[in-house]
Amino acid sequence: MKTEPAFFENLLEVSLPFTPEVLASLKAGQLVSLSGTLYTGRDQTHRRLCALLDEGKDLPVDLAGQLLYYVGPSPARPGRVIGAAGPTTSYRMDSYTPRLLALGLAATMGKGARCAEVRQAMLAHGAVYLAAIGGAGAFLSKCIKKAELVAFADAGPEALFRFEVEKFPAVVINDLEGRDYYALVAAASRCGK
Amino acid sequence: MREIDSSVIRQVVRDLAIAAAHDLEPDILEALLVARDRETGELAGNILEVLVTNANIASRDRIPVCQDTGTGILFLEIGQEVHIRGDLQEALQEGVRLGYEEGYLRKSVCDPLTRKNTGTNTPAVVHMELVPGDRITIRFLPKGCGSENMSSLVMLPPAAGTEGVVGHVIDRVLAAGSNPCPPMIVGVGLGGSFEKAALLAKKALLRPVGEKNRREDVAVLEERLLREINAQGQGVHGFGGITTALAVHMEVFPCHIASLPVGINIQCHAHRHKEIVL
Repeated sequence: MKTEPAFFENLLEVSLPFTPEVLASLKAGQLVSLSGTLYTGRDQTHRRLCALLDEGKDLPVDLAGQLLYYVGPSPARPGRVIGAAGPTTSYRMDSYTPRLLALGLAATMGKGARCAEVRQAMLAHGAVYLAAIGGAGAFLSKCIKKAELVAFADAGPEALFRFEVEKFPAVVINDLEGRDYYALVAAASRCGK
Repeated sequence: MREIDSSVIRQVVRDLAIAAAHDLEPDILEALLVARDRETGELAGNILEVLVTNANIASRDRIPVCQDTGTGILFLEIGQEVHIRGDLQEALQEGVRLGYEEGYLRKSVCDPLTRKNTGTNTPAVVHMELVPGDRITIRFLPKGCGSENMSSLVMLPPAAGTEGVVGHVIDRVLAAGSNPCPPMIVGVGLGGSFEKAALLAKKALLRPVGEKNRREDVAVLEERLLREINAQGQGVHGFGGITTALAVHMEVFPCHIASLPVGINIQCHAHRHKEIVL
């Protein structure tokens, strides 16, 4: 059985967290293979992080320069690092994202397009957005080598984790120059008609 | 009268929940393989290859196909000549609870206001029908919400006609973009009433992927919708190509002379469904 689809041979290997140079070099549509540390969070994590900010409190983790991956993993079987761990849909985080970008968050990763306000905030703060492969949770599980609970344990699958990933594939959607890969694909298919 | 103990149903539902999360059925696997082989977009083709690999890993290593193991949706057809001993509702919910706990599946059900997780993935949504005979058919459709959130219901005026229906379905699919994890299966429920159209749209997803409606004019409409959706070029995960949808399934039911209800239930490529006849 084939376990390594061909396109993994063409990915640009990059380390996490991104250096400013790497961040600036990423281009919309580029395929990347991520290795290093990232943080996770989805609906409840975002709600709680912003509630802490509202109260003027410190966040449980410094997000400056980090990548935040929108995922709610399934539970790990005994002896495993994690269960399935593919991306969740990003637009649900849109209303919270500009505040986190203002704190220096360098990258977010999920699936689906971001709203105009988030795109503008990314441009203003120098952040990128990546898409992971939706619905490939078992495959992506294999790229996660360590998973540590950081905060909000009571939120269950919505808790904030720190992951160590190795060769985690993703597609750059929004780059620092304001390009949006989904929009580029849509424009190209309109021109093709 | 045939007797079935509710404990049997509890066990069957548990097993269906675990199997559904890990083992895609041949219909969806075949649809993904066909799409992979036909795909002209390079990135789209590569991603379809990853999805096929993902299904293999899930089944082999017992990792859910997708971390969103869904809200449990149960469809039961209960033969009128069956007597169920014990509490059926409790057996169904307990089966789901056991399946999600013992199968290491994600518990994704919460209170709609407080957002507090129920911790058990229950309650599942249960639809039951009485049918002739002495059998019970149980279908389990764990529904992820990336796709469920892109679903909709509209009450069109009858003057909208077939063109109105086609335009509306295509608009909704395009608006969904890459959010529902395309290539998707589009369930359309046409007619009935407000709630009937939604239920028909969901039931349409239970049909084997790509199987046509038996009514010829409906089958023609399904084909047209599929062709027009795929001609838009959004493609796999919004990365272009020819496979935005794997299938369009439409179910129809007569409706009021003043009404044209259209339910659209979108399903992701991780189309998990299991069925058993007791």
